[in-house]
Amino acid sequence: MSAQKNRLATGGRIDRSRPVRFTFDGKAYYGYQGDSLASALLANGVTLVGRSFKYHRPRGIVSAGAEEPNALIEVGTGNRREPNTRAPQIELYDGLTTASQNRWPSLDFDLGAVNSCLSRFFPSGFYYKTFKWPKDGWLFYEKFIRRMAGLGTGSTEADPDRYDKVYGHCDVMVVGGGPAGIAAALAAGRAGARVVLVDEQSELGGSLLSERDRSIDGKPAMDWVAAAEAELAAMPEVKVLTRTTAFAYLDANMLSCVERITDHIGPNASGPRQRLWRIRAREVILATGSIERPLVYSDNDRPGCMLASAGRTYVNRYGTAPGQRVVILTNNDTAYQTALDFAAAGVSVAAVVDLRANPQGALVQATRDKGIEVIANSAITHVKGAKQVKEVDVMSLSADGKSVTGGVRHIYCDTVLSSGGWQPTVHLHSQTRAKVVWNEELHAFVPGPVMPGQNNVSVGAAKGVFGLADCLAEGHEAGAEAARRFGFTNAAGSAAGAEAEPAAEPLRPMWIVPSDKPVGQGGKHFVDYQNDVTAADVMLAHREGYLSVEHLKRYTTMGMATDQGKTSNVNALAIMAGLRGMNIPEVGTTTFRPPYTPVTFGVFAGPDKGDFLDPIRKTPIHQWHADHGAAFECVGQWHRAWYYPKAGESMHDAVNREVKATRDSVGIVDASTLGKIDIQGPDAAWFLNMVYTNAWTKLEPGKCRYGFMCGEDGMVFDDGVTSRIAENHFHMTTTTGGAARVLSWLEEWHQCEWPDRKVYFTSVTEQWAVFALNGPNSRKVLEKVVSGIDLSEEAFPFMSWRDCEVAGVKARIFRISFTGALSFEVNVPPSYALHVWRALMSAGEEFNITPYGTEALHVLRAEKGFVIVGQETDGTMTPQDLGFEWIIGKAKPDFIGRRSHLRSDTARPDRKHLVGLLTENPQEVLPEGAQIVEHVKDKPPMTMIGHVTSSYWSPNANRSIAMAVIKNGRNRMGQTVYLPYDGKVVAARIAKTDFLQDGAAANA
Amino acid sequence: MPEAYNRRSALQHFGLKAAAAQSPADARVFIGEAAHRAIVNVRGNPGDPAFLQAVKAVTGADLPVKPNTTSQAGEFRLLWLGPTEYWVTAPAGSEEKLAAELRQAFTGQHAAVIDVSESRTIITLSGPDAREVLARGCSLDLHPRVFGPGQCAQTGLAKANVLIDQRDATSYDIYVLKSFSDYLWQWFGLVHRDFTAAIRAD
Repeated sequence: MSAQKNRLATGGRIDRSRPVRFTFDGKAYYGYQGDSLASALLANGVTLVGRSFKYHRPRGIVSAGAEEPNALIEVGTGNRREPNTRAPQIELYDGLTTASQNRWPSLDFDLGAVNSCLSRFFPSGFYYKTFKWPKDGWLFYEKFIRRMAGLGTGSTEADPDRYDKVYGHCDVMVVGGGPAGIAAALAAGRAGARVVLVDEQSELGGSLLSERDRSIDGKPAMDWVAAAEAELAAMPEVKVLTRTTAFAYLDANMLSCVERITDHIGPNASGPRQRLWRIRAREVILATGSIERPLVYSDNDRPGCMLASAGRTYVNRYGTAPGQRVVILTNNDTAYQTALDFAAAGVSVAAVVDLRANPQGALVQATRDKGIEVIANSAITHVKGAKQVKEVDVMSLSADGKSVTGGVRHIYCDTVLSSGGWQPTVHLHSQTRAKVVWNEELHAFVPGPVMPGQNNVSVGAAKGVFGLADCLAEGHEAGAEAARRFGFTNAAGSAAGAEAEPAAEPLRPMWIVPSDKPVGQGGKHFVDYQNDVTAADVMLAHREGYLSVEHLKRYTTMGMATDQGKTSNVNALAIMAGLRGMNIPEVGTTTFRPPYTPVTFGVFAGPDKGDFLDPIRKTPIHQWHADHGAAFECVGQWHRAWYYPKAGESMHDAVNREVKATRDSVGIVDASTLGKIDIQGPDAAWFLNMVYTNAWTKLEPGKCRYGFMCGEDGMVFDDGVTSRIAENHFHMTTTTGGAARVLSWLEEWHQCEWPDRKVYFTSVTEQWAVFALNGPNSRKVLEKVVSGIDLSEEAFPFMSWRDCEVAGVKARIFRISFTGALSFEVNVPPSYALHVWRALMSAGEEFNITPYGTEALHVLRAEKGFVIVGQETDGTMTPQDLGFEWIIGKAKPDFIGRRSHLRSDTARPDRKHLVGLLTENPQEVLPEGAQIVEHVKDKPPMTMIGHVTSSYWSPNANRSIAMAVIKNGRNRMGQTVYLPYDGKVVAARIAKTDFLQDGAAANA
Repeated sequence: MPEAYNRRSALQHFGLKAAAAQSPADARVFIGEAAHRAIVNVRGNPGDPAFLQAVKAVTGADLPVKPNTTSQAGEFRLLWLGPTEYWVTAPAGSEEKLAAELRQAFTGQHAAVIDVSESRTIITLSGPDAREVLARGCSLDLHPRVFGPGQCAQTGLAKANVLIDQRDATSYDIYVLKSFSDYLWQWFGLVHRDFTAAIRAD
């Protein structure tokens, strides 16, 4: 275990009394409570943390925040392994296990690094140019390329953690808990508004966490933060969420946020690991700060090359130096604050190399006063050292800044900090589809006008306002103004104050820092670390005509992957603008898309996994089915009993037994899922006449009728039996799957087309449990438990209904049949369903009553050629195609679909018709969906004339039966057709669809 | 009718009574089932004074014509469902009489009455954390500044369609189709892992 050689003796927000043990690539280290993985690694002198995506170059930590492009880490092991996590955002805890990525066999010795030596052969577009040939080659090459060029690998095991989801609402949502965000939340909260403040870090403070000695209202800045946090905590309508990233700004001011609840504690924590917040806000205040841009200098990716601001954060917040001896390269004044803070912390700064000709700002002067050398009008031309910076070369810039001149100075150092200016974090603003605009003074994109309906305002650094006093004032005003707008008028107090920053001189834009060799030769000027895109690649894209930003992005992969180009987009854009001789805004900018930082899939699933992925709808006697060994079938969200295998029975055995018992004696099926719609009103019969193809006005109360509904296209849409309860009152049934669709259909026609018609529709699907008794003995069973009616054929004929009592329970019985056998559909209230079902089962015992499932139900109806909408139909079948010419009300003036039935294509006699199919070999059960041909060829293609829609073994016909739709099928009765499948050809004869033609088992 | 014990509530099989006995004493959210409440679906024209009068004559309550509101008179609680759709709810067992009386009162009007009591059960949720629990699965803002007693809403809760009727500052009746009641009850079980929850069986 090595000492923390870069750890400073004092300072920072870490707790030196609480050492924390962690491992990186199998080696154990200590850090302190309050460290990030990045700060702890740096403290231990670990600068090599990863290999780059394409060239496998050694890489180190670049940043101290969400923008980290290099230090992507696999956290955890086994089923908890999470790849591509940014080291600066991983909080240290005891037992944290981490590993580097994209290296083999080890980080220190990576075979893939050969790619770097061969890099001149791997320019941008290399894969496109090389591996797309021959045409199918990519399928072969991809496997190898993916292994070499990739990020981390996730676990393939089930995630053992659980995740939570919650909705939130507020008047004012503040994103970012820096000075501007805190000020906004305070002002809005004091005024009385409902406020949510989210911040991605472990504690509030934002940029203040990285400051050395700023004050607010005359006291140390972090004291002000602590006081503000306490005040916010005391406000009942204010919620502060730390460790929470607002990663998506969606429509109508809804923001998705992920709260990391236990990631900083580790896998032994109880409760959910992360929580997805979906927060709807009336106003959003974006106080998301800014991200420093690195400079694009030669070999700027050596481990030890870092952002100046990151270096400052490590020293001031984490009490660790990034290295022992630092050189700073800058084009602006802010990096001098880093130099001063390093000096104050006792970290050696070898020199500040400034690209500007003659910097004279207050911070520059202060730096000189500390005895730190400022080398003006100069550039770093080389960074030496493979796995750790060892030395830099510095040369003077030419007058135009495009090249270097004079002698070379070698400066020994182990760390290079660079600052190329600051880019406001406009990601969430951009996600609303609002534009960003180029600010010539700041040399950065700032938020443009907001999108209508996306009520937000950017404040502070997110808007390009960098002074602390200005941030505090802007935040306060935005918070107070939002609260005022929503009618909250309590005193918001006044803005906190801070001393002004020393006056700064303008930055010098220099998008490629020249070296003594042309760009692309000698060293590499990296623009995008994560995707290994260099300035030379941007130039190549330009030469090859990829001029638009979007093309540049796709050709070079610049700005893609997990960091989404947070540190690279502007540099690449500016380089392209320079090549094209245009201004940056003329070249455009890329759009930022969610997520801001990667989000685990687990948090999107939340608790909605396993049985909760989709609700399981159960019938009132579901448990009885389960207790009796039923296998279940999913029908939409319903779980229906499929078949009830007895001990030793296969599915085939069970279904045959159920089908046979029903035809021979009596079977019972739970049909509660059937859709049911109550229809009332003086125009109810008129309405049915319009939505069904047949005639309804003359149906008498007490009677039932079967009908087809068609769409406007004339194609079958649903079917079912509808019964007249009273003159103006009907009870409609629909298919199980069609219940909701049919009700919407009826409402649509009523509300949009015929609003004056007096009719009301109400779903009563679940008001009734439905048990269908089928078979010759069904009447005998029912007689034992029914009271109040005469079940005889004369008193209660087919296609009628009666109210009565069954087992003492009020019931409604329909004499309708989906088996062709004698049948009674018993409807009872669900709360008595189990009681009635049991009564029917015991009444039927002497008749060997057999519960049957949906599979037997399908066989039973197919034996009689009854169709199932959605099985025999696919949206292209008319009732006539199905052989239901009789169900078309010829005398009716109109119904939905009528006009389409008159179209020549719909009316032609040789459309695909529903027919029966009898295989030559009666044992051969055809697969459903099998294609039918007239003439068999050696191999496809063959001309297909139809397909099998339903196919079963029929124990009652004692042979295989099938239904099929075949071109001109009804006019081909008796002809033989062929079904080539599974390497064989099966012959079958076209037949009628009633497979029990002797009528023995038909309706009594 | 058969013996009362033959009538089962939708959530009875979860053994609410036994679970209630083992519930923590310091619970901040309480869940239970209000079974068999009479729910009669009423359709009619709220612009027709005769329709309003008929409802009032039967229930003593004014029809809640304002969207997403409820009204109460004695044991009758009326809920707005849609521009022409309402529920009249009443104690268990009264649905048949209530439906008949309403039907009678609407004679001569274009109105519809249908008993839907059996289609749904009510999950009762109450306690200081009840609103927090609902926020786990309901996208509506139920903050007291926005929603409160006297209001109801048809909405999604987790992946089920429900009607939420707020009874008092911290109590909600959640009407759910019986086919979804197992799912929703078990979903509450998942959410309650992060709360101190008690089952109520009264």
